[in-house]
Amino acid sequence: MTTEAADSVQAAAAIAPAADPRFLQRHGARIEYVLIPGAALLAALAAFGGFIALYGKNPLDLYFYMYYGAFGTWFSWQNTLTRAAPLILTALCTALPAQLGMVIIGGEGALLIGALAATSAALALQAMPPLVVQLAMVCAGMAGGGLWILLSGGLRHYRGVNETISSLLLVYIALAILNHLVEGAMRDPASLNKPSTREIGAANMIGSIPGTDVHWGLVFGLIAAVASYILIYHTTFGFAARVAGGNIRAAKIVGLSVGKLILTICFLAGSCAGLAGMVEVAAVQGRTNANLAVGYGFTGILVAFLARQNPLAIIPVAILLGGLNASGGLLQRRLGLPDASVLVLQGIIFVFVLASDALYGRLSLLKGKS
Amino acid sequence: MADASIGLWTVPLAVFGGAIRVSTPFLFVSLGECITERSGRINLGLEGTLVMGAMSAYGISYLTGSPWAGVLAAGITGALFGALHAGICSLPRVNDIAVGIALMLFGTGLAFFLGKPLIEPTAARLPAIDFGWWSDIPQLRAALRINALFLIGVVLAPLLLWAFRTTRWGLLIRTAGESADAARAMGHSVLAIRLRATMAGGFLAGIGGSFLSLFYPGSWNEGLSSGQGITAVALVIFARWDPMLCLWASLAFGGAAALGPALQSVGITSGYHLFNAAPYILTLLIMIITCSPKRTLTGAPAELSITR
Repeated sequence: MTTEAADSVQAAAAIAPAADPRFLQRHGARIEYVLIPGAALLAALAAFGGFIALYGKNPLDLYFYMYYGAFGTWFSWQNTLTRAAPLILTALCTALPAQLGMVIIGGEGALLIGALAATSAALALQAMPPLVVQLAMVCAGMAGGGLWILLSGGLRHYRGVNETISSLLLVYIALAILNHLVEGAMRDPASLNKPSTREIGAANMIGSIPGTDVHWGLVFGLIAAVASYILIYHTTFGFAARVAGGNIRAAKIVGLSVGKLILTICFLAGSCAGLAGMVEVAAVQGRTNANLAVGYGFTGILVAFLARQNPLAIIPVAILLGGLNASGGLLQRRLGLPDASVLVLQGIIFVFVLASDALYGRLSLLKGKS
Repeated sequence: MADASIGLWTVPLAVFGGAIRVSTPFLFVSLGECITERSGRINLGLEGTLVMGAMSAYGISYLTGSPWAGVLAAGITGALFGALHAGICSLPRVNDIAVGIALMLFGTGLAFFLGKPLIEPTAARLPAIDFGWWSDIPQLRAALRINALFLIGVVLAPLLLWAFRTTRWGLLIRTAGESADAARAMGHSVLAIRLRATMAGGFLAGIGGSFLSLFYPGSWNEGLSSGQGITAVALVIFARWDPMLCLWASLAFGGAAALGPALQSVGITSGYHLFNAAPYILTLLIMIITCSPKRTLTGAPAELSITR
């Protein structure tokens, strides 16, 4: 998606100068936001192709199967969109605090706690009608995940504890809590090999969007992304957050309550990741167990950075990386590559995208002469 | 009979032995990160370096039959990752914390990819030195089977402290960490100093990883490291960038991490996962106690982005 967008922008840029010589200068910054990450992505794909060639496989096969497994058929599109849903939500967990200049990388922990909370709510309300149970699951998942990241935000604000390290430590603590409960108090005695909680029941699953196999979690993700975009760019609250992120001293001088901003944003960020956990339980797994910790939280960090922390840009980037995840199985079966190849490619993309930060404002083509 | 006679002592003894065994990776990663952070840069990617080190040590030990060749390979791999981190960070406008996160994900992914064929075979492991030969109690003897890497780490800590205080290199690293402008004014390249400091840090973190795969737990699998690297990075912060405090903190951490298995060995299995999370909870608690929003931490290198 992004590469296509980058191509079309390039094409547009090739035509535009004839029409308006100042087009490039006026829209330089916007073009850069698409062009540079797009180029970094292509460079990362090329580097990964080289790596695969060293491994004795044909890079062209690799690119074909990646495309085919992600976007080649209606089936793979549905698979891709299903995987994109939690990625949109976990990416928001990094992108929202980033507006305040905070680096939160604990989305995986909030996802797990959200899943646990949602499952507990469903199991506690078994007798209620499905709609009530589902609403309770959404609320519990969002509250659980929100409180989990709020912990990092609170520690940062009240104790000056670095939020990057605390949020990552909380991932391991969340995983320990999940394993503890799933193998102890919440264990379904019938789950022998894979300790799990009891099932939330088929009636309480949120199901698929009509006509597709894509679950409603995608719609949750889209709504959360658009709402975040409006919150950050079209409300006073979002404006205050961006001021505080740009210059915390200036924000304090003009009387913004920075603490309130930090705590609110962290809660919202965590509740997005918690919602991802709820979606994975209510639409995919049907119960909570260690299967939930498959790294959606960590891929979400990459999505947020690749989208330059813009909530709307997160949507296409999440679909792109969801597609990458979706093609992993095909790469394993057809090319005999280890399942970790997707992780390697994600790592390479991340490294290239960060290195490309050095390019902003330096493309001579887009520089104004004024 | 020996079992019955030491009875309750089993748990503290196992914690003591565990403290020595489990603390070694913490010790190496924290000493490495100490060098890097003293030069004014933070490398969060040491978690990935640790896993890469563990994988390459196991692979080389398996191929050559010499575990010490594996340790060296792990160090070199770590130094290469350090160079990669420093190289990207030296580009303008690139954030060192973000690069660390990227290398954490890249290192783990690459190690899982390249390490796939290494899960089955058994590699030559590092030997242990038996300090408990004088004792008849098997638990005490087990606790006193100590690896040479631990001893190297114990010697390295005061050595680093001395080097920071008195050597030319120590002074250069501290200058780059306290004031990049001062280092530049003295005619030194800050980027070059940080490159070397990050490579040295990666070297030590890689060796810490080799301990995981070649001594304890002593095999290669994908669940080998879960957060030891990032815990060690946090450990440096409350050790106040002091190598000797890193040593004591690592031992405390090793003891906390050994609590779960020790209790399990005497039949207390409930809460096993929670006890396994003890080092992370301990880290968080110590950070809460020692940090403060009002002042910067004493001993913090002034150029460090994480404390500003």
